[in-house]
Amino acid sequence: MIKDMLRIRMVEEAIVDLYPEQEMRCPVHLSIGQEAPAVGVCSALGTDDWVLSNHRSHAHYLARGGSLERMLAELYGKATGCTGGLGGSMHLTDPEVGFIGSTPIVGSSVPIAVGAALTAHLRGLDRIVVVFLGDAAMETGVVHESLNVAAVHNLPVLFCCENNLYSVYSPLSVRQPAHRTLSDLASGHGIRTISGDGNDVEEVYEIASEAHWGISQGDGPIFIELSTYRLREHCGPNFDNDLGYRSEEEYMSWQMNDPIERLAGKISWNERDTVTQDIRDEIEQAIAFAKASEFPDPEIITYPVYR
Amino acid sequence: MSREITYAEALREALDYCLEQDPDVYVMGLGVPDPKGVFGSTVGLQDRYGPRRVFDIPLSENALTGVALGSAICGMRPVLVHQRVDFALTSFEQLVNQVSKWHYMFNGQMAVPMVVRMVVGRGWGQGPQHSQSLQALFAHIPGFRVIMPTTPHDAKGMLIAAIEDDNPVICLEHRWLYGVREHVPEGGYRVDLNTASVVRPGTDVTLIGVSYMTVECLAASLLLEEVGISAEVVDLRSIRPLDVERILESVQRTGRVLTVDNAHVAGGMSAEISAVVSEFGFDQLKVAPQRLGFPDYPTPTSPALADRYYPLPHEIASKCAEMLGRSEIFKPPDLGDRRLDQPNATYHGPF
Repeated sequence: MIKDMLRIRMVEEAIVDLYPEQEMRCPVHLSIGQEAPAVGVCSALGTDDWVLSNHRSHAHYLARGGSLERMLAELYGKATGCTGGLGGSMHLTDPEVGFIGSTPIVGSSVPIAVGAALTAHLRGLDRIVVVFLGDAAMETGVVHESLNVAAVHNLPVLFCCENNLYSVYSPLSVRQPAHRTLSDLASGHGIRTISGDGNDVEEVYEIASEAHWGISQGDGPIFIELSTYRLREHCGPNFDNDLGYRSEEEYMSWQMNDPIERLAGKISWNERDTVTQDIRDEIEQAIAFAKASEFPDPEIITYPVYR
Repeated sequence: MSREITYAEALREALDYCLEQDPDVYVMGLGVPDPKGVFGSTVGLQDRYGPRRVFDIPLSENALTGVALGSAICGMRPVLVHQRVDFALTSFEQLVNQVSKWHYMFNGQMAVPMVVRMVVGRGWGQGPQHSQSLQALFAHIPGFRVIMPTTPHDAKGMLIAAIEDDNPVICLEHRWLYGVREHVPEGGYRVDLNTASVVRPGTDVTLIGVSYMTVECLAASLLLEEVGISAEVVDLRSIRPLDVERILESVQRTGRVLTVDNAHVAGGMSAEISAVVSEFGFDQLKVAPQRLGFPDYPTPTSPALADRYYPLPHEIASKCAEMLGRSEIFKPPDLGDRRLDQPNATYHGPF
């Protein structure tokens, strides 16, 4: 799992390096700092399971096995991108690996995941659906509606809530009462919840495995709350500590808690070097592929508005 | 051999047929399995197909729209039913951001075969939030098909075609059409989702009716006939895509077009039709395209006020006469026992 996290981190850092070239002309919500929930949860899934995500979806897509080449090509707006240049960073998809899709309207992909779970339920399929959501999604009405629907139909869906404490620059403290957790909200819908350290990938994996097992047994939906932290700005490649919306102390404490560095002792420097080099090669190839790919041709493209 | 059934029964037969034909079809909506079964259109379906395929929902229109979408992209064919258009507005986020765009924004990799039925209310004090007819809002969004069947025959054939279609279809059904009876074939048949229908041929003026307004246009055409004016009545029925070809063909014949929309005039389908006719059929026009519809204020509740709200046959006929440079002013109908807030004297509220 450390290799998967390292790969995601290095992809995101490659985007950081290349973004100033202004060739990736779409918003990017980088997952730097939030790799563990994606990797820990996706590592616990079976090949048949389905995943949906939100605006900050690079880590989820990559952890699920989505094509790196097609993701980068999408960021470059190329015809070889995973949506052929129609969606961009906020609309990743790779149905072949069960990554149904990500969409950026907060909370909005959650009922769609419940619908995917309803399909599994109606057809008696042995698969679960995972949807990644953030702390702010818990403030949207549609998420509560969705939790209720999942509970009333006992659907095989795992709500994976990454609490990174901020909705853009607005802290949780101005958005939700201090005495109530995100899990409390899900519990109120009669859904079993599990909370954990979202920067500890092994803990995440254990929680997700337990949840996966329970859901697969027909226990119904489970909500997991994972505390984590975004180390870069909300949207874009930069640090934004200069804005002052979060304290230096808070930032430093989370940086000390970096999910990858916490596991650094589990991998030797030699091995890390080898792994890093392999990932670097893969990323370079993917970037070369993306850059060399053609743009979609507005003269010949058939816009797929209708089937 | 005539087998007359109502519009509501025709809708129910369409659902019944699709549920029987395709195990991926399911029907959900508030009140779908209740004793009244969405004004009769879903009665008995749960008994026949069971609670897994025909079921009631929590009062969460937005989430259930996303649920329908999520299941559709995974292979199901959901039909989501709302007892009023107004109630479905809480699902506008899912409809506009997700349902209409999913196929497009993921580059055609996933089909979205789903139908959302919504009922348009009228009369008996339905008022500002039970009688909105918002077809123009839906028709504005690329990715939707929007249909408003007027006849029982079309209701059944279009609903079957909509459920079998691989695109999201918004089906708007006028409450006052539910009791209309006509011959409807048994079994399955399809009515094209892309075409308007000429329900009465004529030569002097084209009346384009939207949903229930087609009924009023037909009544107007009878008034016009009495004074020797031949009106062609076109039932628009397909709101998006618009059957521009058939509209222009009719205008070519008559040179005059009056659109009677079951909605506000400003920014509505009547504006779109006038624009299309002006752009592509300008040479054929003898007079400027005209429009009738609802005034620019929400539906009032009191029957005294609601009586003045909806276009009536005599007003449609008078407008046509004016377009022909004639002076006939048609008189309001003699209603007998009927008030204008009920479709006929036997039709009592609440509804």
